[in-house]
Amino acid sequence: MGVSPEEQVSPELSEFASQVGRSGPVTVVGGRTQWEVGGLPDSEAREIFAPSGVWSHEPEEMTVRCGAGTSLLELSEQLAKHRQMVPLDMDPKATVGGVLAVGRSGIRRLRYGHVRDLVLQIRHVDHEGKLVTSGGPTVKNVSGYDLCRLLVGSLGKFGCIGEVILRCLPVPETTRWLSGTDDPFEVYSKLYRPSSILWNGEQVWVCLEGVASDVDAEASLLGFEEVDGPPVLPVGRRISIQPKSLKELVVNDTNWVAEIGVGIVHSDTAETDWQVPEPSRSLMLDLEHRLDPTGRLNPGRQVVEG
Amino acid sequence: MQISTDAKLFEDLEAVLGDRARSGDFELGLYGKDGSVLQGKPAIVCLPLDTEEVRQIVSICRAHDRPFLARGSGTGLAGGAVPVGDPVIIATAKMNKILEVDLDDRIAWVEPGVLNLDLSKELSPLGFHFAPDPSSQQVCSIGGNVANNSGGPHCLAYGVTSAHVVAIEVVLPDGNLALLGDLTAEPRGYDLRGLFVGSEGTMGVATKVAVRLTPNPPAVRTLLLDFADVRDGAATVSAIIAAGLIPAALEMMDKRAIEIVEAFVNAGYPTEADAVLLVELDGLPGGVEHGVDVVRTVAARHEVGNIRVAADNAERELLWKGRKNAFGAVARIKPDYYLHDTVVPRGKLVEVLEKVYNIADAYDLIAVNVFHAGDGNLHPILAYDSNEPGVLERVHAAGRAIVTASIEAGGVLSGEHGIGLEKRDYMGMLFSAHDMATQDLIREAFDPQGFANPLKVLPSGSRCSDSFHQHVPEGAWV
Repeated sequence: MGVSPEEQVSPELSEFASQVGRSGPVTVVGGRTQWEVGGLPDSEAREIFAPSGVWSHEPEEMTVRCGAGTSLLELSEQLAKHRQMVPLDMDPKATVGGVLAVGRSGIRRLRYGHVRDLVLQIRHVDHEGKLVTSGGPTVKNVSGYDLCRLLVGSLGKFGCIGEVILRCLPVPETTRWLSGTDDPFEVYSKLYRPSSILWNGEQVWVCLEGVASDVDAEASLLGFEEVDGPPVLPVGRRISIQPKSLKELVVNDTNWVAEIGVGIVHSDTAETDWQVPEPSRSLMLDLEHRLDPTGRLNPGRQVVEG
Repeated sequence: MQISTDAKLFEDLEAVLGDRARSGDFELGLYGKDGSVLQGKPAIVCLPLDTEEVRQIVSICRAHDRPFLARGSGTGLAGGAVPVGDPVIIATAKMNKILEVDLDDRIAWVEPGVLNLDLSKELSPLGFHFAPDPSSQQVCSIGGNVANNSGGPHCLAYGVTSAHVVAIEVVLPDGNLALLGDLTAEPRGYDLRGLFVGSEGTMGVATKVAVRLTPNPPAVRTLLLDFADVRDGAATVSAIIAAGLIPAALEMMDKRAIEIVEAFVNAGYPTEADAVLLVELDGLPGGVEHGVDVVRTVAARHEVGNIRVAADNAERELLWKGRKNAFGAVARIKPDYYLHDTVVPRGKLVEVLEKVYNIADAYDLIAVNVFHAGDGNLHPILAYDSNEPGVLERVHAAGRAIVTASIEAGGVLSGEHGIGLEKRDYMGMLFSAHDMATQDLIREAFDPQGFANPLKVLPSGSRCSDSFHQHVPEGAWV
């Protein structure tokens, strides 16, 4: 028989479980970089903090295990020692657990996929203060239901993320940001798996990564100018649409930057509200009720309209 | 095991499906099995043509208090499609249309019965493919890939099915139709799509799937490396990854696998070698050539013998033909085989491989190893002859010992075949009772009474809702 999961629990994680406890409203605080997403937590909720620290990084396995309270800065510094990264691309002050709980991807999603695809294992503390392990430590795993994906983007409503194992990637040899004014959709069709294409209706920014000869060859297809990095993204609103619907975006007074091929628009105008359609909405609310019958985990935040 | 053909149930199904509702022992024998060594007894099989028919089948089943089981091509290896608990089988074979290819969104809407390789063949002239490529890709269905979160050699670089499924239309176990996920970048609400992928048919029946299209790589290089010692081969695997290279595929075959594959396909595999690595690099040409250099340098440090680089596409296909036909080639040594699937940390490959050989010896079986070394995904094949008395007990005991050895090495129960029936009673090796109870709580939100593919994935002890049979029926292991 294998090692029982209980034996591998670190003291930090046990401490976090007792912080969550069995009763009373609690809210997990990360780096407060996306604090308002899904609404503010109820003011009476007790603030708790997930453990922090990179607990193991195995370069040969390309996996890293860390406390959910670890900042992206600390994570990236540890991984950089072995020229590896987890391309979460958020504010360096954000915590790993916070980024996963919010479930928004960074601007290189076009190349590296959604953050949820980088998660191998999550240990969360449930509404009874008990630890639950989902997924597994290896880079490939289909043992049991994929609760990890359900937890990503859950705003902590199903449980408080305490420890995660993430998949790492090699840091590309070369990273170049270029900018020009071509049609962004033509730019996309010319390039093979670019890391990012951003567009504000007039100007296009492209991120190319890989070995230098490939990056140079791809860059030469565009005739763009070298820039230091991506533009400053408008904050306030984040709109999610189909990638092809970006073609219908029009240049007007508002300030926006769209992620071509992905369908995210960073904007300072109000987003249109819409509800999750039935029967998915009822299923989601049922899951909330099953996993947190008294609604004590991160009350006030909303993933789906109640 | 009680088999009820339930004349009224069949009549109701026939009224909707005509001769696409079938019953009768002789005709349905095929539907009692999948690619595993398990056997169930199918009573009624339905072959719907579209979503509406699936809805009606599920509603009729509910009205008659009967469970149901969605079945793709039946190539699963963990008994996920083996009927237990007397379900009506919903075979998706006739729902096999590619409904829409949208190059602007880089997705395709397909029906669940579309075969994996057929989809990639259809997309190829457009410059795209569907990245998951299980060894069974010529015959396995997209619906089955979704149910099992299937992998394949190229998942090392591109990720498994879940990363390539954008949205799924599902007939829920209560007969309602839901769209899980959508084509937007960040669908509202919880990720039910991600939860459904890999749920092995226990959360409903997928009736349409939006899959992501991956651009075909501009350059590809395929290398075959041989080693006089399997340990050097395994060390090379770890060292390639540690060097910061993620090949498109990184496969390993042991001596016995090389011998039987070479006799079967004549791909020019070096039969004197103790192990070979099949390494594929793809992407832009510079990165590919850089990758070839890294592989050569790293392998040279680990006593590599010959390095063969496929000169053209024909040679590349020949090398892959060997790999993808390895399981069939096992028939050259024994008529039957039991294929395992566990994952261990790459660094533990040698240690666990040695244990696999020792376990096979201890149970007087032949072990053949062909596997996805790059992600530590072992596929030990235990070859046997089912006519030998008592051999199945030995096969199962050896299988359990292999799973145990993998978990002890820090691994998991399954990398890509799923839990199904085969491994559901092993779940406790990896998960605590509370972990499993939590998983069951989530499954129950979809299916409180356990109508969808009953008795799979979670051991009966962890579920409160098995309405049909509590245990794997006697005789299910054949």
